[in-house]
Amino acid sequence: MPTSAGEQSGHERRNDRRDQEPETQIRLVRLIEPDGTPRADNRYDLPDPDELLARYRSMLIARRVNEQASALVRQGQLAVYPSSAGQEACQVAAAAVLRPSDWLFPTYRDVAAVIERGVDPVEALALLQGRWHCGYDPLAHRVAPQCTPLATQLPHAVGVAYAAVLKGEDSVAMALCGDGATSEGDFHEALNFAAVFAAPVVFLVQNNKYAISVPLVRQTAAKSLAIKGIGYGVPAELVDGNDVAALTAVLRAAVTRAAEGGGPTLVEADTYRVEPHTNADDATRYRDESEVREWAARDPLIRIRTYLRNGGFLDEKLEQEFAAAADEMAERLREGIRTAPTLAPSELFAHVYDIASPQLAAQEALLQAELEADRQASEHPAEVAR
Amino acid sequence: MSAAKLTMAQALNAALRDAMQADDSVVVFGEDVGQLGGVFRVTDGLTASFGEKRCFDTPLAEAGIVGMAIGMAMNGFRPVVEMQFDAFAYPAFEQIVSHLAKLANRTRGRMRLPVVVRIPYGGGVGGVEHHSDSSEAYFAHTAGLVVVTPATNQDAYGLLRQAIDCPDPVIFFEPKKHYFISEPVDVTQPVAPIGRAEVRRTGTDVTLISYGQSVSTCMEAAEMAATEGRSIGVVDVRTLVPFDDETVVAEVRRTGRAVVVAEASGFASVASEIAGRIFEQCFYFLEAPVRKVAGFDIPYPPPALEHHHLPSVERILDVVDELEWGS
Repeated sequence: MPTSAGEQSGHERRNDRRDQEPETQIRLVRLIEPDGTPRADNRYDLPDPDELLARYRSMLIARRVNEQASALVRQGQLAVYPSSAGQEACQVAAAAVLRPSDWLFPTYRDVAAVIERGVDPVEALALLQGRWHCGYDPLAHRVAPQCTPLATQLPHAVGVAYAAVLKGEDSVAMALCGDGATSEGDFHEALNFAAVFAAPVVFLVQNNKYAISVPLVRQTAAKSLAIKGIGYGVPAELVDGNDVAALTAVLRAAVTRAAEGGGPTLVEADTYRVEPHTNADDATRYRDESEVREWAARDPLIRIRTYLRNGGFLDEKLEQEFAAAADEMAERLREGIRTAPTLAPSELFAHVYDIASPQLAAQEALLQAELEADRQASEHPAEVAR
Repeated sequence: MSAAKLTMAQALNAALRDAMQADDSVVVFGEDVGQLGGVFRVTDGLTASFGEKRCFDTPLAEAGIVGMAIGMAMNGFRPVVEMQFDAFAYPAFEQIVSHLAKLANRTRGRMRLPVVVRIPYGGGVGGVEHHSDSSEAYFAHTAGLVVVTPATNQDAYGLLRQAIDCPDPVIFFEPKKHYFISEPVDVTQPVAPIGRAEVRRTGTDVTLISYGQSVSTCMEAAEMAATEGRSIGVVDVRTLVPFDDETVVAEVRRTGRAVVVAEASGFASVASEIAGRIFEQCFYFLEAPVRKVAGFDIPYPPPALEHHHLPSVERILDVVDELEWGS
């Protein structure tokens, strides 16, 4: 049963926790080694092969989304694309462990997670295509709009989760951010609020080592990002972010604990941003190619594939099926982005306020008059020539 | 029910109480709003009456408070949050500007945020630094926010009830100098809707346009001018956004003279915007330039000097005297 607000009351509980021993040790959770061999863990079980097959299939699709979206930028079809190449294990696991009643709070780099959650891929790319700021209905899939200002969506996740507790709803919020975002004040406030209100939130930090060009060492002097949880009284885990099995096990346990009233968890995924920040970035100015090659060798897709192949769970037929699904996704993106309609200019005014604004009505009328004049000018060029 | 004498703090408290009674989704939270009842006692007794789930204290972090309110509104609640003082709302600025104001537009109206952010504002109360700002222009400039400020206790009750019912986010500025002034309030009497200004006093010679605490000063100035044979009208704007051009323009066209009065520093202010709108819409009716009586363009002064900064009856009447009356 979720902890009620009444039981959380500051007036009833002790006002300090001096009698509690602080936790200081956080160790890396890994269930499959980089070479594909399983590794025993005393706290987390390896997910069963069927589940890992589904993860691998989704990761292939996520990789293809990253590749196709980057290609669409080069063709001028998308405005910009921040790739999550190399982080597909995080992207897929974060969404896959959620139940329909749960919420996902993604950033601009989490398109693949949004798609894994079930959002239409073309709608998921509306922001980056520049058609509108959010292309999907956030209530339909319980996916908040992709957030651009770093860490600012994390307090929203706390609010949604605490609202669920107050309503007696079985609902957990999965809030995503990167290593750079952990330097923002909102990261701190969100973790602190979540802990104080025992809100059912799982914070997943994809530590991909760079905030555009600024390396992790310039974000923090802490030994890990997970260790920050200790300061908030939030249980934390450090996970191999290129091991989809470990991510699945740890994130699912965190979701379950939150749903059972155990409060928030901070999960740091140790991963790497293989691509530049976006297509507009030049990563050669701030990092060595050798570092990128080293991480590319720890590719999360290769790891899970090797495990599944070695165990005899993945045969040629399945590989072909998965590849076909990825091809289909790429085709859907190419066609969908190319044909996605531009919204009517009236949309600019339609949603700003629900109540009447005479000023906006007048401004919209002005724009419509300009458009009408343009239309007439193009239909009857001679008559309007001056 | 007949009118009872209430302070503005009590009128606001009654509005919160009645709104919470009427709608289970209304929740109140912020710093010291629980057991203590708020530093101005606006939330007095709400936790006792409605419990910790409906009115509760939070950690001391304004961005977190507004961010959490946004999330709760995304999931079906109508949060009313308190920023303890005007200048302490600034940490929440990003949440307000980048999310509270924009989410409905971002989601094409699929996700609206019926959040009220209450901000005690303004000076004249002897507050030390950071306790007397008039910060309304920052929020009025941001599309997507409704910005409201009552000048009377009747409006404090009525406008707060409307703000809580409003589907859009509302920044609700409470003139803190008015908190402990008693006036008759009849909670059964509806007030004009958000978006409408009120003519508080009709006049034939000059129209003063004002809001919040300055409305009282304008009323006093009009009273004094009347004894000298000059007829001054006073318009209380009530809602800074969306602005009621219709009422303001009609009054100024009638009198031909306008002075905009507000405490906030005048440069790039709400008062400037109002003056500009009057120029655009009343030019051919004007007998004199539209003038402003606003705060100086200085950081808010210490209490020992603040009376020099605030619009006074004398300063208003001096400006009125300069409005091209002929000889």
